[in-house]
Amino acid sequence: MKHAFLFAALAFLLGGCSGDWGWYVVDPRTTTGITNLKFLLGGLWYTILLSVTAISISVVVGLLVALPGLSQYRVLRAFNRVYVEVVRSVPILVLILWVYYGLPPVTGITIGIFWSGVIALALSDSAFQAEIFRAGIQSIDKGQYEASHSISLGYADTMRFVILPQAIRRILPALGNQLVYMLKMSSLVSVIGMQELTRRANELVVSEYRPLEIYTVLVLEYLVLILIVSALVRRLENRMKADDQR
Amino acid sequence: MDANQTDAAISVRNISKHFGDFRALNNVSLNVRAGERVVICGPSGSGKSTLIRCINRLEKHESGTIHVDGLVLDDSRRSRDAIRAKVGMVFQQFNLFPHLTVLENLTLGPLRARGKSPEEARELAMRYLTRVRIPEQAEKFPRQLSGGQQQRVAIARSLCMEPQIMLFDEPTSALDPEMINEVLEVMTELARSGMTMVCVTHEMGFAKGVADTMVFMDHGEIVETAPPATFFTTPATERCRDFLRKILRH
Repeated sequence: MKHAFLFAALAFLLGGCSGDWGWYVVDPRTTTGITNLKFLLGGLWYTILLSVTAISISVVVGLLVALPGLSQYRVLRAFNRVYVEVVRSVPILVLILWVYYGLPPVTGITIGIFWSGVIALALSDSAFQAEIFRAGIQSIDKGQYEASHSISLGYADTMRFVILPQAIRRILPALGNQLVYMLKMSSLVSVIGMQELTRRANELVVSEYRPLEIYTVLVLEYLVLILIVSALVRRLENRMKADDQR
Repeated sequence: MDANQTDAAISVRNISKHFGDFRALNNVSLNVRAGERVVICGPSGSGKSTLIRCINRLEKHESGTIHVDGLVLDDSRRSRDAIRAKVGMVFQQFNLFPHLTVLENLTLGPLRARGKSPEEARELAMRYLTRVRIPEQAEKFPRQLSGGQQQRVAIARSLCMEPQIMLFDEPTSALDPEMINEVLEVMTELARSGMTMVCVTHEMGFAKGVADTMVFMDHGEIVETAPPATFFTTPATERCRDFLRKILRH
């Protein structure tokens, strides 16, 4: 319902315009329009692949960084603090540039555009994931650990079977948030030439010289993509809630 | 090591414990024989819970020694794990795992910590669920049960680890009055079966019926230790008399 209203409003807004608008560049009735639209939409796959790969890595890294943060040992907690503070202080765009241009000369390894993007996005996001996991794990009652200890479960089993399953349910909304954020931030990887949605729009603008129309399509692409993802996340949350009320 | 320490199921010698400036335990000693039922009572903040939580290392004592079944409890993980394997614990707040079914709550320990097969673990779980009289709730989640049922599940979960000693930390204090009896009945039955038990509780009816030894604590110290017959009729100290007057009045 909400979606339908948004589209109606946009159609009205755009349809009522004349003169300066040049919708022919993305008009699906013309062959050029179709070619251009295909070119623009072709970036969708890379945007999704980039974001999903990056967030998969950042969730794992985030958890591995969060766990030392909850340790009784000061050294491990310090590692967590330093990692989180340093990584989240670097802007994502700067990190992308640094990984792409800086990491190869430093390490001697050549990294492609895609993996540079993935590394930069995952690294940047992992600091936030670590904080989310830490908050989620800390929200679990102390009694759950004590009960686990009293039935002789070790640290790994306590985390795996008792604490994390409960913590993950609680942080699911925050994880969904990060996924949406990641999908949007993946547009920054366009600066190093990644052929995702934003890069393709930029390239088409250069050849067609119709920024208004092309960027409007770009806005709509992200809007639709993220509304779908949000709906999926919400559905997952509701399913878990339904599980809890069995 | 004297004879007391090796023969006793639990031997606590001169332990102390502070929480910041608060002295939770002050030079406490307690002996529990195998098969003995000890009930610890005393005003809140007297150190009762801290004492039994030290026995399975949920709290760390600062000085003194604790032996369980002849094993010394020290800083090593091996000693802690060996002792936790012998000691079951039931908590005031049940502490069931809310995301697991009753059956999964019971089988988790046997499966992961005892290396039992799924069939063995299930059989064990059903046996103890029957013993606490709720086998029909096996597939439910804890939140679908009443408080009394949840606490009985928690008792069964501990029993599934086949402990030699059971510690009860105010097991009925979080329950609605009408559910207290069903839990006490299960505990009484357990006592009859010869289990070594240390119970922190204010249920004096249960204590009179089941305890071999009553322990009264106040301000982190054991003030009085006596068999129930003497304890309830002729308490030796004024502090204990005062406490009993207060809780036995109703």
